[in-house]
Amino acid sequence: MKVLVVGAGVIGAAVARELARAGVSVTVLDRAASAGGTSASGEGNLLVSDKGPGPELELAQRSLTLWAELRESLPAQLGPGFPAIEYEPKGGLVVATTSSGAAGLHKFAAVQREAGVVATPVDGRELEPDLTPAHTAAMFYPQDAQVQPAIATEALLASARLSGAQVRQGVEVLGPLRRGDRLTGVRTSDGDVGADHVVVAAGPWSAQVAERLGVALPVRPRRGTLLVTTRMRQRIRHKVYDADYVGAVGSDDAALQTSSVVESTAAGTVLIGSSRERRGFDERIEARVLSAIAAKALVLFPFLADVAVMRAYGGFRPFVPDHLPVIGPDPRLPGLWHATGHEGAGIVLSTATGELVADLLTGREPRVAAGPFAVDRFSSV
Amino acid sequence: MIETPDVLVVGAGPAGLAAAAAARRAGAQVVLLDAAADAGGQYWRHLPAERPAARERILHHGWDRFARLRGQELLADAQVWLVERHDDRPPTVHALVGPADGTAREKRVFAPRALVLATGAYERTLPFPGWDLPGVFTAGAAQALAKAERVAVGRRVVVAGAGPFLLPVAASLVRTGARVLGVLEANPWPRLARAWTARPAELFASRGKAGELAGYVRDLIRHRIPYRAATGVVAAHGDGRVEAVTVARLGPDWAPGTERRIAADAVCVSHGFVPRAELAVAAGCRLDPDGSVHTDAEGRTSVPGVFAAGEITGIGGADLALAEGSVAGTVAAGGADRRGFTGFPARLEAAHGIRPGWTGWLTDDTLVCRCEDVTAGDLRAAAEATGSRGLRSLKLSTRAGLGACQGRVCGRTVEELLNRHTGGLLDPGRTANRPVAALVRLGELAAHHEDHEENA
Repeated sequence: MKVLVVGAGVIGAAVARELARAGVSVTVLDRAASAGGTSASGEGNLLVSDKGPGPELELAQRSLTLWAELRESLPAQLGPGFPAIEYEPKGGLVVATTSSGAAGLHKFAAVQREAGVVATPVDGRELEPDLTPAHTAAMFYPQDAQVQPAIATEALLASARLSGAQVRQGVEVLGPLRRGDRLTGVRTSDGDVGADHVVVAAGPWSAQVAERLGVALPVRPRRGTLLVTTRMRQRIRHKVYDADYVGAVGSDDAALQTSSVVESTAAGTVLIGSSRERRGFDERIEARVLSAIAAKALVLFPFLADVAVMRAYGGFRPFVPDHLPVIGPDPRLPGLWHATGHEGAGIVLSTATGELVADLLTGREPRVAAGPFAVDRFSSV
Repeated sequence: MIETPDVLVVGAGPAGLAAAAAARRAGAQVVLLDAAADAGGQYWRHLPAERPAARERILHHGWDRFARLRGQELLADAQVWLVERHDDRPPTVHALVGPADGTAREKRVFAPRALVLATGAYERTLPFPGWDLPGVFTAGAAQALAKAERVAVGRRVVVAGAGPFLLPVAASLVRTGARVLGVLEANPWPRLARAWTARPAELFASRGKAGELAGYVRDLIRHRIPYRAATGVVAAHGDGRVEAVTVARLGPDWAPGTERRIAADAVCVSHGFVPRAELAVAAGCRLDPDGSVHTDAEGRTSVPGVFAAGEITGIGGADLALAEGSVAGTVAAGGADRRGFTGFPARLEAAHGIRPGWTGWLTDDTLVCRCEDVTAGDLRAAAEATGSRGLRSLKLSTRAGLGACQGRVCGRTVEELLNRHTGGLLDPGRTANRPVAALVRLGELAAHHEDHEENA
């Protein structure tokens, strides 16, 4: 069986790796370079703390198990010369700063616990001594972790290559190759590529690729912006975010929303997010967005007021109206598959997404129920 | 409050000063700002006003011209940290005013009718083994110490690299009492002669530059300083600081050949300049393939209402910068002017441009990115291990260019090395993309937010 994966980001990499390990002949195409889009524009969150019970949480839980395995197996497979993926099981600390926020946080944690998420009320200042004394509740999520997302993507791709996958960068999909009703490959900027199945994993650009192949897909870009500080002595130990973050993640609003997400990286910088705004593929960095992010971060950590920002960068999350990824075959065009729409959770969800695609394609029993992610759930499809 | 001058000029070196003066002559209301405490830029760097040197006129070429231009009103200590581009009007420019280490910088926001960018250039220094030893200076740093502090960087100094800038640096060093052992130009005589003697009529507009250089050459002869072509410093040695350098003959493509070792306590290196284009990139201006901002003969960039002048449009020296600034300032103010064609930047590149053989003097453990301790070997290993052809991915994998200087020192070099190791990067030219153009404290950013809230 020959499978073509479109997109060399974290989702495409994870799909290619799982398929290649299952003995499938895999080629990954990307119109640009590997790990150059959404996968290189985020914090590398591996979170369960921001997810309520449901299919996304189940996918995330399976993914965390797979990430924990990869933490050991990738370095063993790739050798010491490969950059470390900086897996840090640091845990997440969710902080409320209002009394209604505190009540909401406790309520949310209670339903998460029933779904198997570990959520422990803590004294926030015991875990984070520099946290604002004015917080009203703090919940610790020890299962939350972090990786360096670009390196993690490259590591998954390198692992896929060791199992026989081919990665072709700078090759753009132009249109479909069809036999009757069936997709049999793609026309590209570098000639025709035949395949039994084509998996589109092009993140926020998936709708464009799908359109070139002849189908509509309701995936749109949702802009995000991050600030990076200069290096400093580590004073933030966990991934710390305000309880508003869950609301912003789940929101459908196109207008700018910000919520504070603050964490240290292995390099000694502090990453500060995050904003969500739907305005197409607009790459501008704006003062009003940076200011809003900074103001929220200072609510959590007042000491950051004197810390300098040296860089800001933005990216595009693949947004789907019901906030669930699209994973599986497209009934409108046999041979076409989707693995996209993970919004801001693509890094964590990549591993179980890859496994699910491989389960479905090779006829294995899926570990996670595939139904909720099916593309035909949209009325427009 | 958003200020709306007719013309905002960013940078008060030769180009910016000339632009502001010309725009004022044309009747425009002008704001001229600079990150430094005083006007002059790198070229007319001088002692602070409270301790002027009687000999500035001798130390500085064109001092009389500067003396005339510096009388203009200047918004000093003004750091532009963000330029926001708009679809329907010129960009908005955000600045913080006050000493960078102060706690109470004032924020100023400008929505000018026309923006003139005259932000100059960064010095380009190629890495070599030992270049991180104390005693190795960029030529620009050595000259700044000489000009602004009257401090010599050493007693026995080698000046090396490429370009006419090596000459004034040697001259400044001599005036501070250093012994300059030699000025080493990497390019060979035939190339230098071919580039500088072709089409002499074109150089007429740059005759001031020629006169300036001739003066420096006279300085070298008077102080018996040898000038050697096809020669470079390929390593610095010493226990804790520079004690000696290895000097090599360089082939036409700069591949190192025969070596010898010279005792020296300082080495000043410069391999040219890189346009300081981050504000232009943020404004959306198109760049030429060499990384300079593309302009027409009136100084217009590809973005309506945005002009550029001086070194960011191509490295050409102060006389050209003055001429370009004057044209851009006049046109930005609504007047009419055009600059003549000198071909000077192209000539400079033909004579003194960096050639690919320089990587021959690198070793695997030569530092390339000094902020993040990334070596030449690290870059090659990451490219080989990942197979990525992405500059963004490889920078994130190695951390090259992600440190405090944000790639201002190493960006071009990292990009060139990775281009070679990957067989061609698919996302080249990202190096000048720095939307946050200066360090900003989070408290300062958050204060902006309160403003936005008030205005909402």
